[in-house]
Amino acid sequence: MKIKVLGPGCAKCNKTETLIREAVAEAGADADVVKITDMMEIAALGVVSTPAVIVDDAVKSTGKVPKKKEVMSWLGQ
Amino acid sequence: MTFISTHIRRVNKKTKAGAFLAAGALSLYLWWLVYRSLPAVAQWLTYDLLPLARGSHTGASIEFFLYDTPKVMMLLVLVVFFVGIIRSFFTPEKTRAFLSGKSELAGNVLAALLGIVTPFCSCSAVPLFIGFVTAGVPLGVTFSFLIAAPMVNEIALGLLYGLVGWKVAVIYMGTGLFIAISAGWIIGRMKLEHHIEDWVSRTAVAGSSVEEAQMTWTDRLVYGRDAVVEIIGRVWVYILLGIGVGAGIHGFVPEGIMASVMGKDAWWSVPLSVLMGVPMYSNAAGVIPVVEALLGKGAALGSALAFMMSVIALSLPEIVILRKVLKPRLIAVFVAVVACGILLVGYMFNLIL
Repeated sequence: MKIKVLGPGCAKCNKTETLIREAVAEAGADADVVKITDMMEIAALGVVSTPAVIVDDAVKSTGKVPKKKEVMSWLGQ
Repeated sequence: MTFISTHIRRVNKKTKAGAFLAAGALSLYLWWLVYRSLPAVAQWLTYDLLPLARGSHTGASIEFFLYDTPKVMMLLVLVVFFVGIIRSFFTPEKTRAFLSGKSELAGNVLAALLGIVTPFCSCSAVPLFIGFVTAGVPLGVTFSFLIAAPMVNEIALGLLYGLVGWKVAVIYMGTGLFIAISAGWIIGRMKLEHHIEDWVSRTAVAGSSVEEAQMTWTDRLVYGRDAVVEIIGRVWVYILLGIGVGAGIHGFVPEGIMASVMGKDAWWSVPLSVLMGVPMYSNAAGVIPVVEALLGKGAALGSALAFMMSVIALSLPEIVILRKVLKPRLIAVFVAVVACGILLVGYMFNLIL
């Protein structure tokens, strides 16, 4: 599983990244978490509002810090 | 069996909604009781608890601070909560889909209005800009959105209403929308599309479709509560600083001194207010308490509005961020057009009031 956290580095984006990493560790999921901060890359992925989370090429959440429960459901928990 | 369980669930849902409503009404009533007693509490704290004399400079400053801080915070909690619920119906993605292919003028008006209710963080201005333009939202319409979103918002509305009164709040909202609509329209008319950085049009944008979960009313109430926690958590420092500076001005700056600098008789007072505002980086939360204090010391409303708008709408950090997608000429046009709009608003109000 490949998880991308998109955000130029605002407070909410960092919070999202921390949350995702925690959730992955907690679920023991085999997931690769990358943070994308480059504006061009973010725009190219079709995301309009950050922070956004992409799991295996599917945009799961944009413009907000997701809830832990949501993250767990993406991880198949 | 299934019939009975759905029935029970429906009843449960009803009682839950009823409980929510009752709790809401009760908290509104409590809010009102506390809000009403704020002036008395501030006076008691300042003059009875602290050894300060009525009418002294320090006393006036402290009382102002102790009254305005909780008042503004309480108003903000209320406004942000209800606007948060409205916002839960909007996303930038929906706004983009709605605006793409819209004609000019109608598009400008819609974009400015949607700028008020669409959740937007200035840190994602660049992806938003690219997302809008590549999806076929006209450049001028995109600008109307980008000008209105930070300028006309619930924080400005709540603060102006609480500190300066509803008339100025309405004037600010109206003129802010006017500037966003007309500046966007003018930029659109000027056909400056080729002054967008080249890499933007080369960016192949993936069609994004967010899987959207259906929100229930409970979700929306939670969304409103989260907005309160998030926004108040972010702006309370600015508000304290702003009210602190305002309280200092209130107690120590002599009456009428602002009349000479920001009064309506001097023709240069409006452009000066705009120039002073650009390098200052603050949001509505920090600047409005200061503006309120300036108004109390004889600043003209037009000059004060111009100062406030230029602090919020024309800030150097935002210009630096936008420089990533706009060529210098387009940046210059953007700043010039918005500045002209602000000047116009400033002169207009100095003239008629």
